[in-house]
Amino acid sequence: MIQPAQPELVTVTIDGKEVSVPKGTNVIEAARLVGTDVPHYCYHPKLSIAGNCRMCLIEMGMPMADRATREPIMDPETGKQKIGWIPRPQIGCATNVAPGMHIKTQSPLIKECREGVMEFLLINHPLDCPICDQAGECKLQEQATGYGRGYSRFIEQKNVKPKRTQLGPRVMLDDERCVLCSRCIRFSKEVAKDDVLGFVDRGSYSTLTCYPGKELANNYSLNTVDICPVGALTSTDFRFKMRVWFLKQTNSIDTESSVGANTVVWSREGVIYRITPRRNDEVNDTWMADSGRVLYKEVQAANRLTAISANGATATLEGAIAAAAELAKGGNVAVVGSGRSSVEEQFLTKKLAAAVDGEAFLVGRVGEGDGLLISADRNPNTRGALVTGLIDKLPESDLSALGAEIDAGRVKTIISVGEDLSAAGLSAEQLAKVAIVFIGTHGSDTTAAAKVVIPTLTVFEKNGSFINQQFRLQKFAKAIPGPAGAIDDLVVLDELIAALGGEATDGDLKSVWKSLNAEVSQLANVTYANLPATGLLLDSSAWAGLSFPEGESLHFKPAAAEASA
Amino acid sequence: MSFKTVERKPLTLAERTYIPQILGGMKTTFKHLVKPKETLEYPEARPAILPGYRGVPTLVMDPNGREKCVSCQLCEFVCPPKAIRIKPGEIAAESTNAHVEKAPEEFDIDMLRCIYCGLCQEVCPEEAIWLQNVFSVSGYSRDEMVNNKQRLYELGGTLPDQHFKWDKKKAAEEAGNDAH
Ligand code: SF4
Ligand code: SF4
Ligand code: SF4
Ligand code: FES
Repeated sequence: MIQPAQPELVTVTIDGKEVSVPKGTNVIEAARLVGTDVPHYCYHPKLSIAGNCRMCLIEMGMPMADRATREPIMDPETGKQKIGWIPRPQIGCATNVAPGMHIKTQSPLIKECREGVMEFLLINHPLDCPICDQAGECKLQEQATGYGRGYSRFIEQKNVKPKRTQLGPRVMLDDERCVLCSRCIRFSKEVAKDDVLGFVDRGSYSTLTCYPGKELANNYSLNTVDICPVGALTSTDFRFKMRVWFLKQTNSIDTESSVGANTVVWSREGVIYRITPRRNDEVNDTWMADSGRVLYKEVQAANRLTAISANGATATLEGAIAAAAELAKGGNVAVVGSGRSSVEEQFLTKKLAAAVDGEAFLVGRVGEGDGLLISADRNPNTRGALVTGLIDKLPESDLSALGAEIDAGRVKTIISVGEDLSAAGLSAEQLAKVAIVFIGTHGSDTTAAAKVVIPTLTVFEKNGSFINQQFRLQKFAKAIPGPAGAIDDLVVLDELIAALGGEATDGDLKSVWKSLNAEVSQLANVTYANLPATGLLLDSSAWAGLSFPEGESLHFKPAAAEASA
Repeated sequence: MSFKTVERKPLTLAERTYIPQILGGMKTTFKHLVKPKETLEYPEARPAILPGYRGVPTLVMDPNGREKCVSCQLCEFVCPPKAIRIKPGEIAAESTNAHVEKAPEEFDIDMLRCIYCGLCQEVCPEEAIWLQNVFSVSGYSRDEMVNNKQRLYELGGTLPDQHFKWDKKKAAEEAGNDAH
């Protein structure tokens, strides 16, 4: 890989502390590097600078020099060059650092400025916190506590603005709470490329609204809810469901496509309430698609499997494994792995295929990429199947090859790891000709036809990792416990491999990773525990010859395009 | 070791007759017969509870019959023994209180857990939860000891305060910005 050029560093002094920061950094980010918080509303690291909230005011000065001679002017008291302080505050978000710059973020003037700005922001702000979904993660609450004056001098009647406006199918707007930062407007314009929001009216009557005849309906609309620093924009799905301070945050990965957007799963006592994006500057910045945020609903779907069954009767795990092994021992077995399984599971699926001496299939899912955070490959982990060696070429979009094998009588038993075979193109007649062992999470025509069904866990209920389109290995963690009756996929696969006399591990991540280290050269030096939260880029040169379906998307260029560029 | 011999005085005649002692006892008895009663015939008679007493927590309505709780879940958060359980809900658009937006769908207080600390009352931003004068609770099962929303409002009744914060807000909303 080509290392990015080292950024040029400049030295600045922030509140008396000297710090070297990359050229072009603004004062808010530079202050963050020395651990100082410069409060702000409109600034967002991934959007253009608007400079309209005035919360980020700082004092700034440059070393003085004589105009005529360019000689530095020295301060006789300190023996250092004199600093020419600009006599009025500047906004930190739109001020980029320059060599020698001096910045004050804690002076009495700045304290007064912040109190003043907070007072103006709160003049017409409703007292909605008890019914406002943002409470607990609201920048206005936090900064009013941290930097406000603590009491109100405003006795006049507050402005009224539209409340409970449905901006789109998933976003609700309360204009009274809006602080007019314009983050949502800039996001729609700059990132989602769907310019539908704007302000109307002036001064304290300014109001956020959708352009006439438009609505905020694009598949990225919920990012405006995430970046809204206050409770003006709220999600209709999460609205009034639960207070954020009760929710536990668990890092996870979006399974919609091979982009692998980094996410946080918010749960309380085993129930998931929402999914939000997690910042990863190499993958998804701070965004994710709306469609990925409702995937948690599969956890409690009506067709969720919770009972082990073998030959039409409920069974114990041992019984089901024995029945499955009995079916597989007859030979003529095919294993259908899944691009939705984790790297660890795919590795065991490969071992399973070896144990039954059968061919391994994978179901390809190709849709249309949106150029942003949904790629053409709708399997989150096709690359994982390549890296672990489960497959060596890209999967077909259906199982017609397997269907032909069945018709020819060469396959008598199919072990499916989470794939719905009828949805993948096998006909009812073909399914009737084979014995099916299904290891997965949700019921379908396949489970109805299956001889053995073993329920397993969804991505929210287990630990594991995926490899995304960049060949970046990223891990997800268990947010909630699985439902009673469901068993960890690794345990099931492992028991089955052991029953078939294959190379079993201990059925946990640690032992699977030991084998992965030993057998997969790309993963030789990786340990699951040390995998960084932002993922690890793997060496992908071995698969450079494959023509992956993905087009260009955020932070990703297909290899072919890269070569021609 | 040395001993001190205590000299025991011989009883007087009056003491030996025992009559003054009996009369003294009778005096106390008769005094209490005519004195006003100090005790109550609990549970038929109950003491007057002073304002500010921390009895069973209850939910209250405002004088217009609007449920004051907006299910902000602060009391659930602050409750040290985790006795409170709330399922927040949205007020239907047809309701006269639709502008309040939020009200509890379910509200349970487990009186086997409640320690009568009064923190829920203290934290409530809407003055909706009050520890009132009921001090003894009993039931035949654990379930009976959980006060649900309906029971909490039965116990709570109406709080005769005159804030009408939400009514004022609605009036301002209807009057619009031209009113000032
Ligand atoms: S936006 Fe923040 S300050 Fe305003 S009502 Fe909501 S929680 Fe309170
Ligand atoms: S709705 Fe939120 S993000 Fe949009 S301008 Fe108002 S405060 Fe900013
Ligand atoms: S603190 Fe008050 S308003 Fe909030 S949920 Fe409890 S009773 Fe309801
Ligand atoms: S963050 Fe600088 S003006 Fe808003």
